[in-house]
Amino acid sequence: MDLITPGFGLVFWTAITFIFLLVILGKFAWKPILGAVSEREEGIKAALASAENARKEMENLSADNDRILKEARSERQAMLKEARELKNNMIETAKTEAKEEANKLVAQAQAAIAAEKKAAVADLKHVVAELSISIAETVVREELADKAKQEKLVKSMLENAKLN
Amino acid sequence: MTPVRTVIFSALFLAVSFLGFANEKEITQEETPFDPKAMILHHVKDAHEFHLWDWRGSPISLSLPIILWTDNGLTSFSSSRFHHDDEGQTIVESNGRSFVKLHEKIYQLDAGASSISYDSEHHPTNAHKPVDLSITRNVFMMWVSVALLLLIFLTTARNYKNSKDGVPKGIAGFMEPLIIFVRDEIGKPMIGEHKYKKYMPYLLTIFFFIWINNIFGLIPILNGANLSGNIAFTFTLAVFTFIITTFSGNKNYWKHIFWMPGVPVPMKIFLMPIEIIGMFVKPISLMIRLFANITAGHVIILALMSLIFVFKTAAIAPVSVAFSLFITVIEIIVTAIQAYIFTILSALYFGMATEEEH
Repeated sequence: MDLITPGFGLVFWTAITFIFLLVILGKFAWKPILGAVSEREEGIKAALASAENARKEMENLSADNDRILKEARSERQAMLKEARELKNNMIETAKTEAKEEANKLVAQAQAAIAAEKKAAVADLKHVVAELSISIAETVVREELADKAKQEKLVKSMLENAKLN
Repeated sequence: MTPVRTVIFSALFLAVSFLGFANEKEITQEETPFDPKAMILHHVKDAHEFHLWDWRGSPISLSLPIILWTDNGLTSFSSSRFHHDDEGQTIVESNGRSFVKLHEKIYQLDAGASSISYDSEHHPTNAHKPVDLSITRNVFMMWVSVALLLLIFLTTARNYKNSKDGVPKGIAGFMEPLIIFVRDEIGKPMIGEHKYKKYMPYLLTIFFFIWINNIFGLIPILNGANLSGNIAFTFTLAVFTFIITTFSGNKNYWKHIFWMPGVPVPMKIFLMPIEIIGMFVKPISLMIRLFANITAGHVIILALMSLIFVFKTAAIAPVSVAFSLFITVIEIIVTAIQAYIFTILSALYFGMATEEEH
């Protein structure tokens, strides 16, 4: 029975000692220790979070870079295409213009040739007329006497004149 | 450091100065037969002097102060004045009163009595027990353990203060996992993330206080200063847990005791007395569990060692030693387990008391 009866003296000293221990350790040990530990844990947590942020930022940055590169590439592509089109257009235009010019020149030449020809024909007609008149004069001068010859001449002349 | 060191050295000095050889009385052990029960109970129970070992038939012990509150006020004297007498033979006069020590209890002789007399059941008839506030060997060992705890944890705390990055070094590196274990495996899961902080000092203190005293109880030369196996000690700690539980109880906690929600009214009335009993049974179970576990371990080890003396042969010694070594190893584990259980159950009760309605 003695064994399971709490002795007052030990209860008394245990209570006092325990309260003393609780106060001293609570103030001078648990508080600073737990404080330091949780402070460190917070520090680690913050460091991990900032590392994660930095990683994300890096990812964003490289994504941006990729995007910019892609844009630049497509822009270059577009510019090249544009240039090619421009070139083609220019060639096309030049070709058309050249053709038109050529056509115009040809037309002009043709017109000129026609006009020349006309003038030449007119000239020729004139010359032929003069020639005819001079021939006729000569014939008239020479053959006025000889009637047969006259007629023959006229006849041959007329035949010749038919050439025109 | 300096104050702690001073405390320890003064304790040591005190201890050495109390060491006394007592040759006055020749003890004749040959005549009395060996009584294992008496020996075991003597080791398991508290005592007024710190018996270390016998030397040439006389005990070597630390005398501890006896402090008594009598009808004539406070009186105190050294336990050495009883000359190791535990049978009520030696009468000590102090502060006008006479005292004897009988089976580790101090009796005050009634006025006029010159020697103690017994009834048929060996109870003293002419003496009564004064209030005994003596520094017994359990109190002494408790203070040694407190000194050690202060040394360990104040050193640990200083270690953190001195380190700039909060990285534990030296003893702090060893203690930190234990402290974090109490916080993360006991405090947080039992009480809850938001409220555990308030209870951490208490939980840490009882955990280490019980653990270190459990370990002290296992050191053979200290003669089983069986503090954590003493019901007074476990009673006091259980009372602390009870008081804290009761005072941290919120509306929800009291509602669950007096008017259990979610059950029919007859059931509520039926449950009320059960819950009220439960309120007290919880700390009582704490008290008995720690006391019984630690005491049982001591009793087993001592009983195994007693076999040598019961059989009166050294041939049984290897068996005794092997078994008691085995039990001692188990007891080393039990020291930590019992400290853990006391702490985790205390935390659980605090958690129940502060649980919010859900």
